Amino acid sequence: MTALVEVKDLSVAFGNSQVVNGISFSIDAGETVALVGESGSGKTVSALSIPQLLPYPYASHPSGSITLDGEEMVGAGKSKLLAMRGSVVSMIFQEPMTSLNPLHKIGRQVSEMLVLEERVTRKNASDRVRELFDLVGLDESVRIDAYPHELSGGQRQRVMIAMALAQEPKLLIADEPTTALDVTIQKQILELLKDIQKKLNMSLLLITHDLTVVRSLASRICVMTGGDVVEQGPSRKIFEMPEHQYTKHLLAAEFLELPPDAENEAPIIANVKDLHVRYPKGRHWFGKQEYLDAVRGISLKIQRGHTIGIVGESGSGKTTLGLAILRMIPSTGEIWVREENLQTLSKKALKPHRKDLQIVFQDPYGSLSPRMTVNQIVGEGLRIHEPDLSETEKNEKVLEAIIEVGLEAEMLERYPHEFSGGQRQRISIARALVLKPKLIVMDEPTSALDVSVQAQIVDLLREVQRKYDLVYLFISHDLKVVRALAHDIVVMKDGQVVEQGPAQEIFDSPSNSYTKELLNAAFMPDEYADAK
Amino acid sequence: MSPLAQRRWNQFRKNRRAYNALWIFLTLFILSLFAEFIANDKPILVYHQDELFVPVLFDYSEQDLGGKLSSAANYWDPTIQELIENSDGWILWAPVPYHFRTPDMYLNGPAPTPPDSIHWLGTDDAGKDTFARLIYGFRLSVLFGITLTIISASIGVIVGGLQGYFGGLVDLIGQRFVEIWTGLPILIILIILASIVEPSFFWLLGCLAAFSWMSVVGVVRAEFLRTRNFEYVRAATALGDTHLSIMIRHVLPNAMTAALTFLPFILSGAITSLTALDFLGFGLPAGSASLGELLNQGKRNLQAPWLGLTGFVTVGVMLTLLIFVGEGIRDAFDPRKTISASGDRS
Repeated sequence: MTALVEVKDLSVAFGNSQVVNGISFSIDAGETVALVGESGSGKTVSALSIPQLLPYPYASHPSGSITLDGEEMVGAGKSKLLAMRGSVVSMIFQEPMTSLNPLHKIGRQVSEMLVLEERVTRKNASDRVRELFDLVGLDESVRIDAYPHELSGGQRQRVMIAMALAQEPKLLIADEPTTALDVTIQKQILELLKDIQKKLNMSLLLITHDLTVVRSLASRICVMTGGDVVEQGPSRKIFEMPEHQYTKHLLAAEFLELPPDAENEAPIIANVKDLHVRYPKGRHWFGKQEYLDAVRGISLKIQRGHTIGIVGESGSGKTTLGLAILRMIPSTGEIWVREENLQTLSKKALKPHRKDLQIVFQDPYGSLSPRMTVNQIVGEGLRIHEPDLSETEKNEKVLEAIIEVGLEAEMLERYPHEFSGGQRQRISIARALVLKPKLIVMDEPTSALDVSVQAQIVDLLREVQRKYDLVYLFISHDLKVVRALAHDIVVMKDGQVVEQGPAQEIFDSPSNSYTKELLNAAFMPDEYADAK
Repeated sequence: MSPLAQRRWNQFRKNRRAYNALWIFLTLFILSLFAEFIANDKPILVYHQDELFVPVLFDYSEQDLGGKLSSAANYWDPTIQELIENSDGWILWAPVPYHFRTPDMYLNGPAPTPPDSIHWLGTDDAGKDTFARLIYGFRLSVLFGITLTIISASIGVIVGGLQGYFGGLVDLIGQRFVEIWTGLPILIILIILASIVEPSFFWLLGCLAAFSWMSVVGVVRAEFLRTRNFEYVRAATALGDTHLSIMIRHVLPNAMTAALTFLPFILSGAITSLTALDFLGFGLPAGSASLGELLNQGKRNLQAPWLGLTGFVTVGVMLTLLIFVGEGIRDAFDPRKTISASGDRS
């Protein structure tokens, strides 16, 4: 059997810098192959070369060939490429929110390709669209003439898949198809892809940074880093007997150790009682003000040196809870810290408490002011809370915090954009640490990072926690990271706690069905896709 | 200089066009600040009866020089010149011995006279030296422009910042006010006001400032609106920072680039408005040195093209230089460019 796609010695260059250095791989008909690597490894660029979707002529292929279904793609003419795209190869992208045109009905977007290429009439097209929707598991409740904003993220991704399948391509390229989705939805989409692939006997090229996704789906895996394929082989072999150092490193990052034990009898440093947060929703003229209850009556007892993992899917109110505890958004209920109820304090009286309660955000790009140096960013807290410090004392403290988080002294005068995502997150942590706080709210601090960097940040957080007996309120949808850090778990759904207790207990024997579902989706069973 | 300022300065210097434009402009501007020493109908130094006089700085009466009249000395007067010569004194004239206010009484033809060795750029229709009028006019325009820019940019940044940062009702009311205020036809209002009040430098400055601060409001407001939801602003709130400090330290620096890109346009706009008002005759009081008045003379005396050409070239060169400098400043404040230029990306 000849391969459907044959990539030989492919290089890709942007301008003068080469980003992919002579990689080779092949995909057989009906086979699923995964390109795995961290951001910047060249995986997306390699995959986009197959349908020749790179910004030519800025991008170029110094060497190599790509044969797709017997046709040479590198350097192919425009009309040939157009004929190939859609009918032989099609793509789905990562971001379902922006891949659909918000102003067009979904049915029309799906049928556009059909009408264009196959010259079917509008009437027949809508039947075909319905058929495609059935195929991707969108039932009658999703109207063909719905607009994208009426659909959920998972549904949109299904529409995207339907679009890609419209002409029954022989190869489907899926670029991080589940990264932007919640875990339970991720699982459904992956199962759908697997299903369709079997049904249509289509080849699938998966691009992902997440090894879990790949394990149950891909029969072969190519591991990429720095523009090279460092290892490729059947998925079982890659997982069980990785050869290359980098693959081992990736796998190790995937399976993090459990957190060290925390003192059971540690004093309670914060006590949250019956916290409610509601946002005003749109109001009709003369109508009653409506509210959205983001957090409904949550109570927490937070012990020194513990990490409380707050898990839930997007919209579950976990971030809102974190912000409300810091009194960054108005809420009702009681927040007791050091014998004082934060809710009743004035802004001025709250200020000394601010020193003890810090926050680290998810987005390593948005959380640092681009116009301040590292020194200024980390020194901000000292300026506000310890104005009596001399310039030298302040610099010493900043330096101490910077070294604490694993950065170097000469980085002090640099600006945030000179750092990688992981380094930026370290700067954010240093900003929180410099004040020697008692509690840090971690709002998805690892979600935007590559897996191996995630592991480093987790190590750093553990080390710092041990050293200063810190409390983390660790908000995350990533259960793997939560398992590596949390001593106690709060599972949230729709603003309410569905399950709460020691981490060990919840991970080993979840009692609530929602928790079970979450765990199931996050830790997929150890099964492998069969190699052909 | 802090490392940051150093880096920006280096980036600015890399832009040859902006750097050269800045030097040319600064040279011209600083020279024009000493206009009294360059073009003046009073000598810089007079040595007379073993005494040194500095007429450029101090007023002397004829009696001080040994004359009969108690009025201010006119050094062009042959009697005075004779007086000084007779006492073996000497007179050091400015390179251009004419002031922008004084007509040349000894013209060798009807005014306006074309350029010659005495009047390098000719004279205007009142017999006044064009070159003298030019340097005084240039100084006045630039000073006026800079002052107006500083005033209107400050007002604009404050208003835009408050609107963007607090949003809601503040923003709503502020925006409506700005919209209405922008709708007023500035030139016509100024012309109406000019017929009521006798315009002076500061009066014009105030009027133009009242109508030119809105151009910055939009961009600053947009930047503040965008930035206030960033996580670093939230982080500052979590640190317990005050509103004022957050606005100044965290939000403003990010909004400044947007405002800065507008500054050269405001500056050149201010100079243009002043020139336009002077050209129409509603600007500075008659007799002031102004580029607009020079242009107007050019229009009235088409037979004397040196007037129009001088005004046109001066205004054109001045505005071009300012735009070049402005571009350089804008790029220097862009952190991305600053870094890629210094080349130490890690």
